[in-house]
Amino acid sequence: MSTSPTTPAVHQLPEEHYLNSTYGLRSWLLTTDHKRIALLYLASVTFFFFIGGIFATMIRIHLLTPNGYLVTPETYNKLFTMHGVAMIFFFLIPSIPAVLGNFLVPLMIGAKDLAFPKINLLSWYIYLVGGCFVLYSFATGGLDTGWTFYTPLSSVYSNSAVTPAVIGIFINGFSSILTGLNFVVTIHTMRAPGMTWFRLPLFVWAQYATSIIFILGTPVIAITLLLVGLERMFHLGFFNPALGGDPILFQHLFWFYSHPAVYIMILPAMGVISEIIPTFTRKPIFGYTFIAASSIAIAVIGFFVWAHHMFLTGESTYAALAFSLLSYLVAIPSAVKVFNWTSTLYRGSISYDTPLLYSLGFIGLFLIGGLTGLFLACLGLDIHIHDTYFVVAHFHYIMVGGAVMGYVGGLHFWWPKITGKLYPEFLARMAAVILFVGFNLTFFPQFILGYLGMPRRYHNYPPEFQVLNVMSTAGASILALGYLLPMLYLTWSMRYGKVAGPNPWPATGLEWRTPSPPPTENFDVTPVVDWEAYDFKNRPDLGLTQPSGPALSPAHGDD
Amino acid sequence: MQAQLPFYPDQASNFAPSVDALMTFLILVSLFFAVAITAAIVFFFFKYRRKSENEVGYPIHGDMRLESLWIIVPAFLSLAMFGWGAVVYVDFRHAPQDTLDIYVIGKQWMWKIQQPNGRREINELHVPIGRDVKLVMASEDVIHDFYVPAFRVKMDVVPGHYNTMWFRPTKAGTYRFFCSQYCGTNHAVMGGWVTVMDPSDYAAWLSGSSGTDSPLVAGEKLFTERACVTCHISNGSGRAPSLNGVYGGTVRLADGSTVTADDAYIRESILVPSAKIVAGYQPLMPAFQGQLTEDQILSLTAYIKSLQSQPIPATGAGVLTTGKK
Repeated sequence: MSTSPTTPAVHQLPEEHYLNSTYGLRSWLLTTDHKRIALLYLASVTFFFFIGGIFATMIRIHLLTPNGYLVTPETYNKLFTMHGVAMIFFFLIPSIPAVLGNFLVPLMIGAKDLAFPKINLLSWYIYLVGGCFVLYSFATGGLDTGWTFYTPLSSVYSNSAVTPAVIGIFINGFSSILTGLNFVVTIHTMRAPGMTWFRLPLFVWAQYATSIIFILGTPVIAITLLLVGLERMFHLGFFNPALGGDPILFQHLFWFYSHPAVYIMILPAMGVISEIIPTFTRKPIFGYTFIAASSIAIAVIGFFVWAHHMFLTGESTYAALAFSLLSYLVAIPSAVKVFNWTSTLYRGSISYDTPLLYSLGFIGLFLIGGLTGLFLACLGLDIHIHDTYFVVAHFHYIMVGGAVMGYVGGLHFWWPKITGKLYPEFLARMAAVILFVGFNLTFFPQFILGYLGMPRRYHNYPPEFQVLNVMSTAGASILALGYLLPMLYLTWSMRYGKVAGPNPWPATGLEWRTPSPPPTENFDVTPVVDWEAYDFKNRPDLGLTQPSGPALSPAHGDD
Repeated sequence: MQAQLPFYPDQASNFAPSVDALMTFLILVSLFFAVAITAAIVFFFFKYRRKSENEVGYPIHGDMRLESLWIIVPAFLSLAMFGWGAVVYVDFRHAPQDTLDIYVIGKQWMWKIQQPNGRREINELHVPIGRDVKLVMASEDVIHDFYVPAFRVKMDVVPGHYNTMWFRPTKAGTYRFFCSQYCGTNHAVMGGWVTVMDPSDYAAWLSGSSGTDSPLVAGEKLFTERACVTCHISNGSGRAPSLNGVYGGTVRLADGSTVTADDAYIRESILVPSAKIVAGYQPLMPAFQGQLTEDQILSLTAYIKSLQSQPIPATGAGVLTTGKK
């Protein structure tokens, strides 16, 4: 199957694979192949990442000076709103599940496709329709409510194009729900012979947990934003106190989804990291069951922490106490994952390949993001740092430092599988380091700004905050370079990259037992699994030597 | 005295040292874990780098003792953070007795503030050192948030709700306050200055000029102008319950339940009287929803609050107890 890495063979692309089996626009737009749909998603989420990135760039340039010379207050408010909406609903939420999950879940479990291939294509079209409504909103008046759509600002007072935006997000929700449903059914019913639940790659566990949130949470945000639209259009009093509504009700409904949505973004990234670390240390992951179970724990407990966004709305003190305690509870499974990843490095055979650099970067940034989450869950401290730049820094560490690092790392890891080509390794390592440095320079100063008292969503600010803002903007320009580099060399590699071969790293997953790129039907014969996940020891097909060194005591779980 | 780190803002209220102490505790715990884990990663990264192409790592599947350790230790540390944070928060949410009550109204995009004697301020707040101050806050339009970094306090100002927050200024000076809940176009300029003064300076400042009626006087005028007085007769003989001694007490409602007559109850009973009918009375009162500004509601509330002196009339069936002795 795979050749030994000591005798590098010249690999050839397979004659027929999913990319060249059929040609023409029609063959892509009407495809039901999960791998092609993944690429359709890849193109569309990259588009929205680009749009959101342009807004972010303008925000950071505007904040170079206390009185912001670039745009008017109105435009500034639209920029941060549209940045949030584009990035969260149209990039972060679909990125790993709809691109990498779509491509990999069937391959990893040894299936030919997802359970409902046509519904999978439908999900992408629904995403596109929702995206078009939102782009229409951006183009015709923009959106200035903040991505949180707090009422009654969004439902009564805003003069921007709120209605098309909420319709777009409502529609887009169904795309998430259908993807989640597809994954759950696929993982339950289509695993190859021998692929038991506890042999599943942890990436699949993470996708499963994410899908549960998709299915249970997304309907709530869809309906909530629909209510905002109805209140705006027909003056029905749901949230507007002048009509007998309650603005706080909106926040409960909104965060009931939008807090779990954070786990939609981070869980799949954790799944990616759990694949990369064993591969580049060539050893089983430390504490498989704990990492798998912690994904489910995060998905479940994540539904019971929403009101920690509302400690200062005047909610009851008892509610605040309960939600603070539950928020600390959800921190524990996240901590468990970090400890297990770190322990996996112990006595590994660590290579410095790009995906591993991204994964270690992920751990470092997620660590800071997670620890600062403890600050915000702390009731007494939240009084001061709520709604300041401390919050902005915290959630960027989770969503960008965590989710995006995971996504980009995963793209690098599976790029040879997706395209059959290798990217230029040196450039890729450079980009990973640039991203890590740029990210920290952009967002670390914002923690300090927050504690000093700078509120978020300010188009201008007192002069004493300028130095830290300039540092942040400088970091953002490094960060932008870090994102542009992979876009360029990955695109370049599709045509000019070296042929990768079926298993270049090598890795243990089923997806690496089929040619790169895989054939349309994924596997020539249905694979039979008779090994545990990440088991390098009992896999002579990988062409690796057996472990050496002193034996460990049985207490260490040595098999 | 709390050690001050360079990124800690001025400490000018009773809450500042306690919030900063909490911050220091969390920073120390976080630093410990961040440094320990980063050091482990860096050490392993170099120590266990791949020595030959075909090498595999040593298969270790896990260790129950370690797993238990790193579940239990973070759980206890989390409980400590939760508990300490809860103590500070519960203190913040429960104002002491005998506060200096100042009314704050947020509207797009300014703050209207009224001192107890009626002196009004726009985007400025004057408070005396050492006195427990309670801000009673309402919004005319969207959600705002009154935030004083030097005091380490903030609270949302929500339309249709009264939110209150308290603090005790401890250091003279002027400090910024901000609106920290995004409220539309000019959110970023909806701020101003808090001036903390010696009590004697504050008293002098208060008496400096006023021009407007105190909330109490304005409320009394409104009570007559809006014809409240025709039904809410103080001896209880009117078509509506007497309001004497109602504020702060418990009211029995027509449906048999009881409610505490706080600011929110008074407000609701003015705006939507049919929401809670006092036992023994007919729902006759017109709704004032949309007819009174937030200032006027606050003034009426201040007046009703002042009606404590006279005894409760026998026919006022709904009133069970008085709030203040």
